[in-house]
Amino acid sequence: MNAPLAFLAAAELAAKGIDPWIAFFSLITVVVTVGMGFWTAGKSKSAGDFFVAGRSVSVGWNASAISGEYLSAASFMGVAGMVMATGYDALWYPVCYACGYLFLLLFIAGPLRRFGAYTIPDFAEGRYDSPVFRKIAVCFVLFIGFFYTMPQMKGAGTTLAYIFPGLPYWAGVVVVGAVITLNVSLGGMKGITLVQAFQYWLKVFAITLPIFVLASVVGHYQSHLATNKTAQETTATVLPGIERKALPAKAPKDEAWIAPFGKLTTKAVDASIAAAQTPEEKAALEANKKPYSLLYTYSLIIALVCGTAGLPHILVRFYTNPDGVAAKRTTMWVMILIGVFYVFPPVYGVIGRSLTPELYDAVGAKGTDKVVLELPTLLAGRDHALLGSILSGITCAGAFAAFMSTFSGLLVSMSSALAHDIYGRMLRPAASPEQRLKAFKWSALIVGLVAVGLGSQVEALEINFMVGQAFAIAAASYFPLLFMSVWWRGMTMRGAATGMLVGGLSALASITLTSISDVAVAKAKKLTDVAELAAYWADHPLAKAIADYWVAHPLARILCEQPAIWAVPLSIGLMVIVSKATAASIPADIRMKMLVLHAPEALGLKQEYIKEHEGLGGH
Amino acid sequence: MKEPSPTPVDVHSDAFLARLMRDQLKLSIACALAFAVALVALPLLNYFQPEMMAQRVFGFTLTWLILGVLFFPFVWIISYVFIQRSIALENAEAQAAQDGRTK
Repeated sequence: MNAPLAFLAAAELAAKGIDPWIAFFSLITVVVTVGMGFWTAGKSKSAGDFFVAGRSVSVGWNASAISGEYLSAASFMGVAGMVMATGYDALWYPVCYACGYLFLLLFIAGPLRRFGAYTIPDFAEGRYDSPVFRKIAVCFVLFIGFFYTMPQMKGAGTTLAYIFPGLPYWAGVVVVGAVITLNVSLGGMKGITLVQAFQYWLKVFAITLPIFVLASVVGHYQSHLATNKTAQETTATVLPGIERKALPAKAPKDEAWIAPFGKLTTKAVDASIAAAQTPEEKAALEANKKPYSLLYTYSLIIALVCGTAGLPHILVRFYTNPDGVAAKRTTMWVMILIGVFYVFPPVYGVIGRSLTPELYDAVGAKGTDKVVLELPTLLAGRDHALLGSILSGITCAGAFAAFMSTFSGLLVSMSSALAHDIYGRMLRPAASPEQRLKAFKWSALIVGLVAVGLGSQVEALEINFMVGQAFAIAAASYFPLLFMSVWWRGMTMRGAATGMLVGGLSALASITLTSISDVAVAKAKKLTDVAELAAYWADHPLAKAIADYWVAHPLARILCEQPAIWAVPLSIGLMVIVSKATAASIPADIRMKMLVLHAPEALGLKQEYIKEHEGLGGH
Repeated sequence: MKEPSPTPVDVHSDAFLARLMRDQLKLSIACALAFAVALVALPLLNYFQPEMMAQRVFGFTLTWLILGVLFFPFVWIISYVFIQRSIALENAEAQAAQDGRTK
């Protein structure tokens, strides 16, 4: 675009009420992403390049790429929105998102890389010599993938609709879906490694720079947090120079917001209290409120920490490292990179509570979820009009980068599952490398289309909530599978499959039970308030039974909403019991497999293993 | 770190594998425990000592400061220690195994 044209376009945008800077930065992000896709298209040639980036990604690049892939729309917008909406409890999300990598590092990263597979289903088949198990594992890759894709798509839709007022929600879903599908089918894993690494640095820049500028104008993190009084303080301390707008009625009170065990964890009990008939019932429920919150908190922690260690699209990236030590070093750097990032979204939430409390009155994407995009525009009202526009342009670009990079990672892992595991290993084991490449591109297209279709249906759901569900399912299926497969010799295929299926499916079932009902209601009434929700349910004949059950048994509702606390032990327990019962079917060469997983590369055992299997594998 | 074992090591023996996995798992569990203790303790402190955790430290409440800021460097330290130890452990094992082979 040449200069006069750009200027004209900017003027036109401004006339429509669209900030040209926001449009400009968003456009740049998309253009650079597509450009990098075409640039790397020439470099990705072999199937290895497409599936595991030639196994040659260095620690620095891979750590940036994993971080870029991991910091999704949920991290960029959702965490800030959630901290603003619910306060302290929401801090568990960023902390566990980042710290979950520790489990990955301690128990899984090194051994998994040494095994030398292409995909997680490869590992599942290789470890148990069982093609059936590959099929089960593939289903879970696709399943968790789609669950995780939906919130990314929602982020895309709402952000685009925010940047260009008047655009429908589905437009953003289609644009991002199309750009990333193109990118992935052009460059595969090798192509997106570069794009994701670039997008990590863009996101860090986009979240830190605006908040530093903003804080220097309107006051710092601690000063804004200090204006929220705790239950122990009698008055709020407002420091000179810090302003605070009055909170609307819908906003949580200071004491509840800043303290643990707030709104996020007490939803179910609150609904029951609202529906309770007698004062005795109410008092009994109030007494249970705090213990139930504690339970909810622990279950959330388990889901997030174990779930991080079980997300297939993240795990697959460790195969792109040259060896196990590099995989471990990569993990450590990922923890540092994402940890640095995650300090900042809560800052937006805290400052947003002081300065943009009007967001509490709207729901979801029009409400607290957009606080990251909304805050920088405040500068415009303080004699920094240009600066405000530029900074909000940068945060919008960061938001774009967020759902694009995560979606591209998901698309690669799901396309690999289709092209490598289903096509290459099950349908046409004799396929030539060219056919496999073609299959990868077609798979990317198919998955992209399905993802766009699904994404356009989930406008009413909360981003962070959907991501939490994907984590809970991963925590109860893949995490136990990998952990036990790597560390316990006695695991059999039947044990692994039973534990993973029962754990994963029961987590899924209980989550579906709570969320599908919530979507239907939110769609019908655009509500998120629990008491009203309960009231709505009460006169819905079909759902009356479930609703009554939830209200009568808030504990059951908590355990269904956050199933990790029982689903993870259930899954591991089943693996042990069934494996013991089928101990005769432990693979004969288990000692060799374990040696490959655990022996240092210096011993050269890895090479022996790959040679042994090269004839069978065909790659 | 561990001294390389003086007896010859056969990498294809069950004993070698068992020791290899035990040493690695011990290290991983020790690091995981440090992390798990913090994860379990923080909600418990919030539960039983709400006044203490609500104290103001630089404008943050104590619990907010721990969870929102200090938790990240804490995990980095654990992971750094783990990587150092685990690489040293692998080198020692490889050395021991190679000594065993050449004998």
